[in-house]
Amino acid sequence: MERIGKLPKVFLAVVFIILYAPIFYLIFYSFNSGGGMSNFESFTLEHYAAVFEDKRLIIIVINTIVIALLSALLSTAIGVMGALAIYFMRNKKMRNAVLSLNNILMVSPDVIIGASFLILFTLIGVKLGFASVLISHIAFSIPIVVIMVLPKLAEMNPTLIDAALDLGASKKDIMKRVIIPFIQPGIFAGFFLALTYSLDDFAVTFFVTGNGFTTLSVEIYSMARTGISLTINALSGLIFIVTAGLVIGYYLLNQKLKTPFTGVRK
Amino acid sequence: MMKNNNLRSIYTIPYAVWILLFVLAPIGLIVYYSFFDLSGNFTLMNYKNFFSSVYLTLTISSFWYAFLITFFSLLIAYPTAYFLTKTKHKQLWLLLIIIPSWINLLLKTYAFIGLMGLYGPLNAFLEMIGIGKQQILFTDFSFVFVSVYIFIPFMILPIFNALDRLNPALIDASRDLGANSWTTFKRVIWPLTINGVKSGVQVVFIPALSLFMITRLIAGNKVITLGTAIEQQFLVTQNWGMGSTIAVFLILFMFIIMLVTSGNERGMKVNGKNR
Repeated sequence: MERIGKLPKVFLAVVFIILYAPIFYLIFYSFNSGGGMSNFESFTLEHYAAVFEDKRLIIIVINTIVIALLSALLSTAIGVMGALAIYFMRNKKMRNAVLSLNNILMVSPDVIIGASFLILFTLIGVKLGFASVLISHIAFSIPIVVIMVLPKLAEMNPTLIDAALDLGASKKDIMKRVIIPFIQPGIFAGFFLALTYSLDDFAVTFFVTGNGFTTLSVEIYSMARTGISLTINALSGLIFIVTAGLVIGYYLLNQKLKTPFTGVRK
Repeated sequence: MMKNNNLRSIYTIPYAVWILLFVLAPIGLIVYYSFFDLSGNFTLMNYKNFFSSVYLTLTISSFWYAFLITFFSLLIAYPTAYFLTKTKHKQLWLLLIIIPSWINLLLKTYAFIGLMGLYGPLNAFLEMIGIGKQQILFTDFSFVFVSVYIFIPFMILPIFNALDRLNPALIDASRDLGANSWTTFKRVIWPLTINGVKSGVQVVFIPALSLFMITRLIAGNKVITLGTAIEQQFLVTQNWGMGSTIAVFLILFMFIIMLVTSGNERGMKVNGKNR
């Protein structure tokens, strides 16, 4: 392999610095006792204290987490079912058509998803708020779960199912003991991505959230529109730690699960 | 194969309902609403309006910004991806490139409000080197810069995967046959990684057409994209008909872009997020 020269190294370093600078800039000023994101006066934790004292903000954080967990769980369940449905489809044309439909929400711009869901909810009478946000998050997370699970299903040797059938397993057993354990890494990956989709979403939520209900992204948006508040900085410090933890955890999990499949556990 | 129609229908139903309610119905509703005016009468005026100069200018400028954003993303992402494949622990470095894309989009955008503000570090730097304070925020430059910043990881990922799959023997062969670095790149590396580039362009261009949060926070309403127009019509003016009409065109553009950029392989690895 070619050795990497000096210029490429500098280039990569610059890209890394630019990618991380805004994040660390935010976190740095979260410790500023002065009011803004310039002129660092002295070190303080008061903005972090402010985050934990702000009841409204805490409720919003809890809302966001509840929505993320619930939507990830439900979309994983429906997504896995969808992947199974596609996997057992015999008609190739039909299967491709369903796959294309599946991918529409993945490539659709958020504004379109948000606007069309807004029309849908208004039409069928879903009150804008917790329910509409949760349903939207489930809806836009389902395709990614399908995409993560399908390759695992394709990897599975169909003779495994035949063997289980020959050995007298019921359909429920086959699902529980053969298929689900085999596709487990895909299910985990799908769940994780659904979680981050939900946590990160701004545009769709912005459209379908009513007056009473807010998630973190929407709240940060309205806070940022009124100007700089170091409470956001402190919040971003906390979010950064949680996100980095999640990503590293996911990475390690992935490394662990990538080990070749040797058999059904238990 | 299993012959279990009962079981199959049980797990097919929720997914089928999802497709009907959240994929097909929304598109249908958007198309349906595009034919109605503010007071609910059937009309083709929205379409006529779309072809008026106001909306045509908006569409063209939206495409121009999306083009700029995609172009600069590619310009930075390609060499980055290329050099990344040459590093020792490339998967780890790739992960480090991806991590910022997991940080909440709003927070990153908010950071730039501070960074580019009148008293922010960027202006302090400009003053230090003698250029003096500039209005950076609320300009075309800040809009394109922040958007490129947001989209770069999504551009790097597919290109990295394409480069990573490239057989190094092909490059050696090209060198042995007397091609210099540039010819090798132009004739061997680029054509073999074009699908990665296409995937990258697809995941950047379509969202870039429909940005609305960054235009509001960073460009201060100076830049209007198709996304901003839709948001404006739906949430501010409450003119769902016109908003839907713009959305119909955005969907059309999306399908055209997908047709143009879809390669033979559809194997995009999803390590980061496509948003």
